[in-house]
Amino acid sequence: MTINDRQNELIEEFSMFDDWMEKYEYIIDLGKEVTGIADDLKTDDYLVKGCQSRVWLIPSNKSGRVYFDADSDAIITRGLVGMVTRVLSDATPKEILESDLFFVDKIGLKEHLSPTRSNGLVSMIKKIKTYALAYTAKAN
Amino acid sequence: MLDLSKIRKDFPILHQEVNGKPLIYFDNAASTQKPKAVIDRISRYYAQEHSNIHRGVHSLSAAATEEYELARKTIQQHLNASHDHEIIFTKGTTDGINLVANGFAKSILKPGDEVLISELEHHSNIVPWQLACESSGAKLKVIPISDSGEWIMKDFYKLLSKKTKIVAVNHVSNALGTINPVNDVVDTAHRMGVPVLLDGAQAAPHMNVDVKALNCDFYVLSGHKLFGPTGVGVLYGKEEWLNKLPPYQGGGDMIKSVSFEKTEYNELPFKFEAGTPHIAGVLGMKTAIDYCNAIGFDAIAKYEHELLEYGSKKLSSIEGLTIYGTAENKASVISFLIDEIHPYDTGTILDKLGIAVRTGHHCTEPIMTRFGIPGTVRASFAFYNTKEEIDVLYEGLLRVKKMFE
Ligand SMILES: Cc1ncc(COP(=O)(O)O)c(C=O)c1O
Repeated sequence: MTINDRQNELIEEFSMFDDWMEKYEYIIDLGKEVTGIADDLKTDDYLVKGCQSRVWLIPSNKSGRVYFDADSDAIITRGLVGMVTRVLSDATPKEILESDLFFVDKIGLKEHLSPTRSNGLVSMIKKIKTYALAYTAKAN
Repeated sequence: MLDLSKIRKDFPILHQEVNGKPLIYFDNAASTQKPKAVIDRISRYYAQEHSNIHRGVHSLSAAATEEYELARKTIQQHLNASHDHEIIFTKGTTDGINLVANGFAKSILKPGDEVLISELEHHSNIVPWQLACESSGAKLKVIPISDSGEWIMKDFYKLLSKKTKIVAVNHVSNALGTINPVNDVVDTAHRMGVPVLLDGAQAAPHMNVDVKALNCDFYVLSGHKLFGPTGVGVLYGKEEWLNKLPPYQGGGDMIKSVSFEKTEYNELPFKFEAGTPHIAGVLGMKTAIDYCNAIGFDAIAKYEHELLEYGSKKLSSIEGLTIYGTAENKASVISFLIDEIHPYDTGTILDKLGIAVRTGHHCTEPIMTRFGIPGTVRASFAFYNTKEEIDVLYEGLLRVKKMFE
């Protein structure tokens, strides 16, 4: 599946809900399902500087494809970062760098992508792209 | 009794929907809303009265200067200061503290001296003193707080010493709402000859502030927390102390004469008001104070206390909810957490319900560290809030609890 396939899959999942309550309940469920990151790995090295909710992100790289694990101390943020890593994991660095994350807007969660929310999501996406760039540089 | 329906009509911003729900504004400790009188005053100033002050012979400038100085006079009376030149207009609380801290660093603090603050301070009453200590070689000392969010006074008595050159503490805590025993602090410090700065950012909106009764040496506040405009505030300083401090910034208005060899500074209050000030802001702030005084701060304090009691009781009845800041004497601020639910999660759902609260560390990270929590959810009430709004918050929190547990 490509990044866009996975985005469309999420949009499809969310299309079942009519009101914000159901949507948020689903994000919370997703947040609870996220495998997350073991507590001893939640170090400053992996901390994405958000503000209010903390986000940790660990990249890995297997045969030219990049994978991400993420976690947060707030459940809504955890659900959101879970969705982003689900979309962007298992892709090549090039695909990640060229990706356009339209699903957040389509699902109606655009407000969470505003830097003023200071939930760490925007910083995390930036960080993912930085990792992708670093992997590209290494591959070259 | 306050006439709530009339008061609420005075605040245009309150009558709107947020996320499809009627707005409930419970973030008053961060900033308060503005009555129409203030908005109109500012717009009238720009539409009809604007001109630079203290410099023109022409009529507009003279009239603007008069209004500006009348505002100073009003604020002097409101704070019960001895002289109007003890009222310095600033950009806000932060600016006022920086002005004093900078002056102390330059003229008073020496290596080995100490500055005494408390664990309850806003970052803006911590960092300027850290900078002052860094540049002067003085040391920062901190009065610790108890589990209820109150200063441990016996530690204060111990920390105060001959080395202490200033005590800088808040009158009311923004994060926990504690009304601090500042009279005791001022009396004790004065017995040792130590001056006291009170950060009144959170006190001024809730009570009558009388600097003579407080007998503090400096008092700072922000217009925007007092139903006035942003970008303007007040530093009150006793004349003898203001005269001891060097100018903060150089520029126009703060000088008597300038030559390349020697510049002579203007007298108080102009020595501390370099450059064209926020004239509209000052006039708006005056109007805000007049507006509050017409209602009466005693009536305001009494009503807000009712809101606090009602809210504390109602929220405490939610299982798993912990209130941080349980001092006997509190302003209308309720800081809390529900079980393990992250404040960001609670705040996000409340926002969806049209309820504006503050979440996070409230610029008081040391307090959060003290309690071992990432932050709190803070509902802070003003006199335009109602018990019915607290009921909606209560229902919202029950919903939050159900969603996250
Ligand atoms: C106790 C206290 N001190 C200082 C400040 C800083 O005020 P301002 O940002 O208006 O300068 C605040 C504002 O949150 C406050 O609550």
